[in-house]
Amino acid sequence: MRPFTYDRAEDVTLAARAHTGQGQTDAPVQFLAGGTTLLDLMKLDVLRPDRVVDITPLKARHSEIEVTSAGLRLGALASMASVEDNPEVKRAFPAVAQSMALAASPQLRNMATLGGNVLQRTRCPYYRDPSWAECNKRKPGSGCAAIKGFNRQNAVLGVDDRCIAQYPGDFGVVLAAFGAEVEVAGPGGARRIPFHTLHRPAGQPHLEHSLQPGEVIIAFRIPGGATARRSLYLKVRDRQSYEFAIASAAVGLDLDGGVVKQARIGLGGMAYRPWRAEAAEAALVGKPLTEDSAHAAAEIALRGAVTHGHNDYKPELGRRTLVRALMQAAKMEA
Amino acid sequence: MAYDAGDTANPFGGQPHPRIDGKAKVTGAARYGSDEPVANPAFAYLVTSSIAKGRVTGFQLDAARAVRGYIDILTHENINGEYHTPPPFGGKDGQTTTLESDQVWHDGQIVAVVLAETFEAAREAANKVVVNYAVEAPSATFDSPGTTTEPHKPQSGPDPKKGDAAGAFQGAAVKVDAQYYTPPQHHNPIELFATTCVWDGPHLTVYEGSQFMWGMKNALAKQLQTDPTNIRAVSRFVGGGFGSKGGTRPQTALCAIAARRLNRPVKLVATRDQGFTVATFRAETRQHVKLAASTDGKLVSFFHEGWEVTSRPSGYNVGGVDTTARMYACPNIATAVNVVHADRNTPGFQRAPAETPYMFGLECAMDELAYALAMDPIELRRINDTQVDPVSGLKFSSRSLMQCFDQAAARFGWKNRNPKPASMRDGDWLIGYGCATACYPTNIGPGAARLAITPDGKATIGLAAHEIGTGAYTTVAITVARTLGIPVESVTVNLGDSDLPPIPVAGGSNNAASTSHVAHKVCMEALTKIAAAAVAASDSPFHGADPATLKLEDGALKGPGNRSEPLQKAVGRLGGKLEVYAENIPKGLQPEAMANLYKGMPMMARGSGRKDFTTYAFGAQLVEVRVHERTREVRAPRVVSAFAAGNIINPLTAYSQLMGGAIWGLSAALHEATELDLTHARYMNDNLADYMVPVNADVPSVEIIMVPEHDEGVNPLGVKGIGEIGIVGMNAAVANAVFHATGKRIRDLPIRVEKLL
Repeated sequence: MRPFTYDRAEDVTLAARAHTGQGQTDAPVQFLAGGTTLLDLMKLDVLRPDRVVDITPLKARHSEIEVTSAGLRLGALASMASVEDNPEVKRAFPAVAQSMALAASPQLRNMATLGGNVLQRTRCPYYRDPSWAECNKRKPGSGCAAIKGFNRQNAVLGVDDRCIAQYPGDFGVVLAAFGAEVEVAGPGGARRIPFHTLHRPAGQPHLEHSLQPGEVIIAFRIPGGATARRSLYLKVRDRQSYEFAIASAAVGLDLDGGVVKQARIGLGGMAYRPWRAEAAEAALVGKPLTEDSAHAAAEIALRGAVTHGHNDYKPELGRRTLVRALMQAAKMEA
Repeated sequence: MAYDAGDTANPFGGQPHPRIDGKAKVTGAARYGSDEPVANPAFAYLVTSSIAKGRVTGFQLDAARAVRGYIDILTHENINGEYHTPPPFGGKDGQTTTLESDQVWHDGQIVAVVLAETFEAAREAANKVVVNYAVEAPSATFDSPGTTTEPHKPQSGPDPKKGDAAGAFQGAAVKVDAQYYTPPQHHNPIELFATTCVWDGPHLTVYEGSQFMWGMKNALAKQLQTDPTNIRAVSRFVGGGFGSKGGTRPQTALCAIAARRLNRPVKLVATRDQGFTVATFRAETRQHVKLAASTDGKLVSFFHEGWEVTSRPSGYNVGGVDTTARMYACPNIATAVNVVHADRNTPGFQRAPAETPYMFGLECAMDELAYALAMDPIELRRINDTQVDPVSGLKFSSRSLMQCFDQAAARFGWKNRNPKPASMRDGDWLIGYGCATACYPTNIGPGAARLAITPDGKATIGLAAHEIGTGAYTTVAITVARTLGIPVESVTVNLGDSDLPPIPVAGGSNNAASTSHVAHKVCMEALTKIAAAAVAASDSPFHGADPATLKLEDGALKGPGNRSEPLQKAVGRLGGKLEVYAENIPKGLQPEAMANLYKGMPMMARGSGRKDFTTYAFGAQLVEVRVHERTREVRAPRVVSAFAAGNIINPLTAYSQLMGGAIWGLSAALHEATELDLTHARYMNDNLADYMVPVNADVPSVEIIMVPEHDEGVNPLGVKGIGEIGIVGMNAAVANAVFHATGKRIRDLPIRVEKLL
């Protein structure tokens, strides 16, 4: 690990002031909360910040969990474990609690914060090892070794010929599916942005998010209602626990006598960024939720998938995962 | 726990005993290679190649040198002939090199060693070293352009062959002809490859996790061109080895050279990812198996050919056909093994090196044959069971394979199995039951030990054996306690130090047999001295008795007619301390085997190489898998394995060892593979997050049955090894269960979702 200056920010204003860096992957200043991504990548010599600003003091004001009829408001410094264990979240929004419980390990969920989790970096092995010369995300313009290399875990949706890195998270998939908002504070004051604009689409892989320098995520707002109550997060992975998704689905259904009034669909383990399948949602509306309609929605959800050899299996697994999630959600008592 | 604690025929008593070193381990008092406190150490950090083939053309060191705390760097440009290639372990093949030249043989090869005042400074400086290369296109694995293939050189006699396998296959009624694949795997012991070197004049002490103390001592002496008496290797605890710490690794001598140059102790810890390339691994195999049977299930022809990847200069291979050909009665056998040279690091021993991959091929093919015959797979094995080694014609010293199958099947509930594939389910989950045979040759080597008994009735035994997590301290203590008739608590055991008498490499599951026999022998020689003194002493109740009638029991010297004398008194008669040194040379080995062991060369009486018997342990492994009908995840909720492996010294640690083997087998079948970038011949998942092994949730129930077996032919104490057999059948048992669950035969491992979609 390279030497760095450690700062501690007592509040959002001080955090914003400390964070004067430009850029993202290579930013000379990085916020530190749970540290479960940042410290790993620093030890691997992938991230080399000059300065690390510890924002854990912000926990005091920004880790609240509020459950109202309008939905959830989750402080960004809340630990994943605290959300997973919250009985009201489990009742009002099962998909949110499940996306926490199925992530990482208990030790990591105790440390990791929601804000950091949502901005977790990709697990693409070519990104995580600087001895690889080619990685557009780590070294802009250097190429992508994963496209012709080992890409079993790489993304098939939202990719281009510059980067096929997969977004690794679970909670972000739920946020995408349910049209969440992100509360941000920074040098320009507080603002709210739609979650789907937080992660940038492919194009400039080294730029992952749309936050301005000094901006810090304060909270997530997730609309509640019938689709939230009848929601679930299904994660398919290579082992029973402590593993990233090879496919996952966040779904929410508002059913009226078996007919879909509203649907929410997010896909994980498939995409370059947290992925919402809106066309698949629309295809379900007004139809009875059946094996056939679920398959039809899954076909639409994975339309446009691009594979690169080792990950050829992903579209089919993604479809099956979504069908399984929809059929399971339809059976829920909500 | 299923074992028979009332097994009175077991000379060790068969009672479970907690590890005598357990407290030291869980409290952190047990010191591993990098833990040794030394004064003023410098820290070494390896720089490894980012290419798999080519030459190092130079280094840019300015940024590294500017790091505060940087001391020096070792490269091929400045090593000046100080470093010599370690001798290959157990073979005469060529080796890949490190700092001997500018040549890069494989990904992750050591190309420099950075020395600094702290670990962090060493790592930072190493990260800032820029290595310039002349890159050549490497060959990664099977089918990569540029590989070369040749028949292997069998280590002990020609590959098994008998009758006319091809002719018998042609005319047979029922046949299986299939190809199988096993992937590269890495040991990943939790203790990283770590070395601490301290010089005192010409004397070097090395603290390093090692499975072969005397091998390290002698090999290092050759590398450093000094006399072995100048080198002491210390490895009191090994944080897992699984074969990876049996041979000599380049980092040891490099660390020693660094310490000599700096004239201060040096610590070198290779990182987890470096561990994938600075040590050995289990190479990928391809296998072609042809089985043929008559309609009653009797085998008429068996053909097994393997291909194994190795490095460019090494011919290393495991050649598992030597075992598979001996599994079932069959009149016609043909086998062959080939090595495929690629630009890879040299593979090496990994838990049941030969059996784990090759029994996958055979035991899957047996399952396929059972389906072709419409026969229960356990019954097929019963029909072809044999008490005679079909290759050599020698009797097995004991073979309790079907007892293992019967006990495991009863416990598992095998009779509830509907043989039709995809016929059993629980909700959305398809259920499959699979089974396979496990086996491992019983090997035993020479060994030496030193015993001291003091008049307070306490004993201390010293031997350079290896505690690699198996419970070696405790099995030695049990042996000594049992033989001397004293409590285990009165025995002190010293292991893991080349200042102690030599013991063979902790490999080939020989440890329990080799150490128990020498421990028993040294105790019996102590008894001889105690008895001789007693019969000569006028104050002894045994005065004038025949010394051969005396024995040690319950803290006393006992003889005919209920005569007894406290051990303290019998030992005190000999002076302040009774010291005995003894060597044990097992039947079938010459005295030179002991002399060679002192030179670091292990020789063993091997399971398939003896003149009196063929000696193997056997087992039966049964597993239930569940496969989700839509998304095809495979889970294994239940494993039942039964093993008959002679007398068990400590059922507690034996259970743990066998269970660990079974879990690793599940891991190999469902999870593990070292992934390669085929263009660059580089390992991709060289960390414990991406190199997948099971977590607790993946192994909810693993039951082990230890079937009593008393074998007087295998060795005097009837001990067979249990270190490796636990993994051997699992690959096939899982694959066979997956077929039963789904109707889909997966012949390449690991069995992941994408193969079942």
